[in-house]
Amino acid sequence: MTFQNAAALAGPELILIISALSLLVWGAFQKSTSVLFTVASMAALVAAAVVSAMGPFGRAFSGGLIVDAGSVFGKVVIYLASAVAIPLGERWFARRNMARFEYPVLVMLAALGMGMMVSAGDLISLYVSIELQSLALYILAAFHKGDEKSAEAGLKYFVLGALSSGILLYGASLIYGFAGSTRFEVIAAAMTHGAGLGALFGLVFVIAGLAFKVSAAPFHMWTPDVYEGAPTPVVGFFAGAPKLAAMVLLARILTQSFGGAIDQWRQVLIVMALISVAVGAFAGLAQNNLKRLWAYSSIAGIGYALIGLAAGGQAGIQSMLVYMVLYVIDVTGFFACLAALSRDGKPMETMADFAGLARERPALGVAMTVFALSALGLPPMSGLWGKYYVFKAAAGAGLIPVAAIALVGSVVAAFYYLRLIKVMWLDPSPGATDAPPLEATVVTYAAALFAFPAVLGALIALDPLAQTAAAALALR
Amino acid sequence: MIIGLAHYLTVAAILFTIGVLGIFVNRRNVIVILMSIELILLAVNINLVSFSVFLHDVVGQIYAMFVLTVAAAEAAVGLAILVTFFRWRGGIEVDDASVMRG
Repeated sequence: MTFQNAAALAGPELILIISALSLLVWGAFQKSTSVLFTVASMAALVAAAVVSAMGPFGRAFSGGLIVDAGSVFGKVVIYLASAVAIPLGERWFARRNMARFEYPVLVMLAALGMGMMVSAGDLISLYVSIELQSLALYILAAFHKGDEKSAEAGLKYFVLGALSSGILLYGASLIYGFAGSTRFEVIAAAMTHGAGLGALFGLVFVIAGLAFKVSAAPFHMWTPDVYEGAPTPVVGFFAGAPKLAAMVLLARILTQSFGGAIDQWRQVLIVMALISVAVGAFAGLAQNNLKRLWAYSSIAGIGYALIGLAAGGQAGIQSMLVYMVLYVIDVTGFFACLAALSRDGKPMETMADFAGLARERPALGVAMTVFALSALGLPPMSGLWGKYYVFKAAAGAGLIPVAAIALVGSVVAAFYYLRLIKVMWLDPSPGATDAPPLEATVVTYAAALFAFPAVLGALIALDPLAQTAAAALALR
Repeated sequence: MIIGLAHYLTVAAILFTIGVLGIFVNRRNVIVILMSIELILLAVNINLVSFSVFLHDVVGQIYAMFVLTVAAAEAAVGLAILVTFFRWRGGIEVDDASVMRG
């Protein structure tokens, strides 16, 4: 492996780190943000996505960086989702006279961390990449200096995120000690006949740490508070791409290094998945704030993705990947819609604020309805297709009782989605909303059109891509 | 008495537990939480270095170096967030972080 080969494999990450640091210097001299600055940061992310889609496959840096179909699949989605988050957040902060050049740079650094996460092939690169994206996201959560809630959200996210990193790291140290190496493939060789007690102990800690990052119950307690307090477009960003990255990383470590111990970790995932679905459904019933409500909705959503992962094998990972991609697009659209809406300059966040929205702003009302129905999983919206893949994989792995319990959970959750729709379409409006900004409405409409009908066409392309990605991730 | 791997692992496990308890039991001060996080990371370092010695493998020590640098970055970000929080609330008691509930 020559240096040139290694650099070619790390091409997208090199593009991101070089442009993020150059933009940081540029911003420091310019002392403010500008349209050109925003466009440059988006261009770097799109370029990274294109380069990773075209780049070569292989391993570099002693196995610390793995580039295969699985990591490329993750990177393209992550970089594009991050590119969408930049204009949404920039304009949102600009409307509050708070546009700062650090925002695009932090989004790029978070995207770099996520890109490294899906490529990690070693416990060291796993830890460093998770920390890179987490540290950038803690700052983004506290980015709205004019809002008391934002500072509190940042603090809570930081404390619980740092705790989860510590737990994950403790698990990683135990795996290193009992398997004798930090490289995933060497760990796999030590685990061919199931994991011993020490390594299993470590694996449970690693799963718990990653469950914090994807907000799977019982490690979800930070999610509602952080989603409520953090700036709306930032929530749209960190509710989507980081969870996809953590799920891909979890899939890789579970199958590529602990594939021999599948019977041991499967139970852990099933328990977490069922608790997530139940917590998301029942705790969501009591919520009046839409950001909190969608936090619980995303907890339940992660539960379904974990069922896919627990099914294991290529079909299970494929269902998880399809589910997560559709989920990322849905959640981005939902939070873009929330960012677009305000009344008398105040953001609309509670159920009561949304009364009569469908008559006042029919297009946004319809988009919101589509997102609610999609999260509910009603045909023919995109959410249904994600769940269809998950249930098919679960049935194939003999987990039909688990899928049935999860289905009951989504029936309970239907109550709050339908209540939102009822409030929007039937209740009288308390007053006129402000004109929605262009960039947020564009993202909202695009995501709503994707949820239906574009998803039908997209699935034809997504299905084989997710299949090859899953085949690469399931390869031992 | 010969001090073996088990002794180091026990010390690390005790420190780790103290760190986790420090986050959950402590109701006073956010700075104490930052110290607890530091304690968790140092417990992990003891684990890594002792495994490294007993496995005759240098990677564990390299890992510990990475953990130290990341811990420094984490403390910097944590204190910066704490400063913005302090500006709003005028205090850093854990119970101050209670605008959002439910």
